[in-house]
Amino acid sequence: MSDFALRQEAGGLRSLVDFYVTTMRTSIQQGFQYRAAHYMYMLGMVAEPVIYLVVWSTIAEQSGGSVNGLTPGYFAAYYIVWTLVRNMNIVFTPYGWEWRIREGELSGQLLRPLHPIHHDLAWFAGWKVVVIVLWLPIAVALSLLFDPTFDVRPIEIVVFAIAIWGAYLIRSFNQSALGMITFWTTRVGAIFQLYIMFELLLSGRLVPLQLMPNWVETLAWFLPFRWTFFFPIQALVGDLSDQELLVGLAMQVFWICVGILIFSLAWRKAIRRYSAVAG
Amino acid sequence: MEPAVHVEGLLKVFDVPERDEGLKAATKSLVRRKTREVRAVDGISFEVAPGEIVGFLGPNGAGKTTTLKMLSGLLYPSGGDARVLGHVPSKRERAFLSRIALVMGNRNQLQWDLPALDSYELNRAIYRIPREDFVPVRDELIELLEIGDLVRKPVRQLSLGERMKAEIVGSLLHRPQVLFLDEPTIGLDVTMQKRIREFVARYRQRHEATVMLTSHYMADVEALCERVVVIHHGRILFDGHLSELSDTFAAWKTIAVALENGAGDLSGYGEVVHRDGDLVTLRVPKAETARVTARLLAEQEVLDLNVEDPPIEDVIELVFAQEASE
Repeated sequence: MSDFALRQEAGGLRSLVDFYVTTMRTSIQQGFQYRAAHYMYMLGMVAEPVIYLVVWSTIAEQSGGSVNGLTPGYFAAYYIVWTLVRNMNIVFTPYGWEWRIREGELSGQLLRPLHPIHHDLAWFAGWKVVVIVLWLPIAVALSLLFDPTFDVRPIEIVVFAIAIWGAYLIRSFNQSALGMITFWTTRVGAIFQLYIMFELLLSGRLVPLQLMPNWVETLAWFLPFRWTFFFPIQALVGDLSDQELLVGLAMQVFWICVGILIFSLAWRKAIRRYSAVAG
Repeated sequence: MEPAVHVEGLLKVFDVPERDEGLKAATKSLVRRKTREVRAVDGISFEVAPGEIVGFLGPNGAGKTTTLKMLSGLLYPSGGDARVLGHVPSKRERAFLSRIALVMGNRNQLQWDLPALDSYELNRAIYRIPREDFVPVRDELIELLEIGDLVRKPVRQLSLGERMKAEIVGSLLHRPQVLFLDEPTIGLDVTMQKRIREFVARYRQRHEATVMLTSHYMADVEALCERVVVIHHGRILFDGHLSELSDTFAAWKTIAVALENGAGDLSGYGEVVHRDGDLVTLRVPKAETARVTARLLAEQEVLDLNVEDPPIEDVIELVFAQEASE
């Protein structure tokens, strides 16, 4: 082996960090290059929480100022934070895996001495930096319009900052694990839509979970969805104790580990089936 | 010396779903799905020595690309044994992937919206290339392929040929010791094809790299490969020196003859395959070549005469035709 090849072997972790930093930087560059398109996309995405916000605020006002103790100020804060959490939760989807296999893009990635998931994680993480910058003016505008109630402690800000990345990882591994189905069928859409339906109901994306029946809230506690939307939002907007905040982070770690495990097992089976249909 | 590539009884079988046309067949396939077994690669064996360059020839669907994909770790073999630089490709070990490259002429591996330089930087991080090695290697490749002006443009704005050259630079930054080239000159103009051929030859010579090449352009094979492996229906039909190919498969030679006073009827000497003014090309059985040449020289007023092996394209076509008729 040449000296050159030998030198590549050294410094595993440092090289991985270098890869993440380089990929994120490239992704940020591309994100800012297409900033107008991203902005339009984000503005379009704001429509969903604004509808929820207007509906729940109206109901709260008509119910004497609150629903289940949740005020219009709480709903405003919840759905404004929602807009950031939703954008942080955008990950490489099963549709992406379907496209990647169908178009033969996966072949190029498999030739690299690094698992493709690292590219996905780093690329979308870089894009989040662009998202956060673009989100700030949207948050200011929504705050001026809807008058949110925030009563935030420093620890809640710290936990929120960690939890949005935890949510990102849970969702990345879950959706990549679902993406493995595309190695068996090239039409993953139906299964993915079923997943999204459960997520809508059990994550707090559609409705804050306090407004769901008790059994739904209990069920949600034992599933990953809650820890990707409701927990990060509540960390900032709700009134969680320090213990609840730490338990939430622990649950995120647990679901990240479960996601990695399922994805790894599925990957090992799936890659043997890869037939590089399109080159 | 251990071979760079060792293949023994390599097999790849695909289960391909199939059904007849029409609604009835579609409905039937809901209940009972019919599949057909396709042996894309059917138990082939060969070896490639370190530093050797081998042309892999065959018609579309012969199994060339499938073989290269198994050797580069993209596809999992259905059977047999493959080793590249001592590694089992399907294990896809980091040490293996860091020492090979597969360049596919119809595939884009660079970031579409960004200048190629950004993709190269990404490859530096992926292949863990020390920066002090990366910059001179990158600049050397850019210079060799003459794309200094292009690497700062978004890849989407490059022409096919320019993009191919940029792709090749990206694939070789980690200085692979084994290079699998799958139709690297497809769709390129003649000048660009020549540049890429020259570059491959120079890269191989400079870095003592092993190269396996598939191409439909015989010019690529003739310029680069002394040894060819001919594959058809997943099986190897020939493995040897390029010149032996016509000796083995072509039962004739061509005689190009220019005559002093115009060409009359030369059909008595052999099959007339081409006629252009005074210049006639004859096809004669190999064993008859010497006798026919002597007769032509004795009986005609010959200005010029050349005895040649048939064009390699014709030989390859003949090989496949023979296989099909068996």
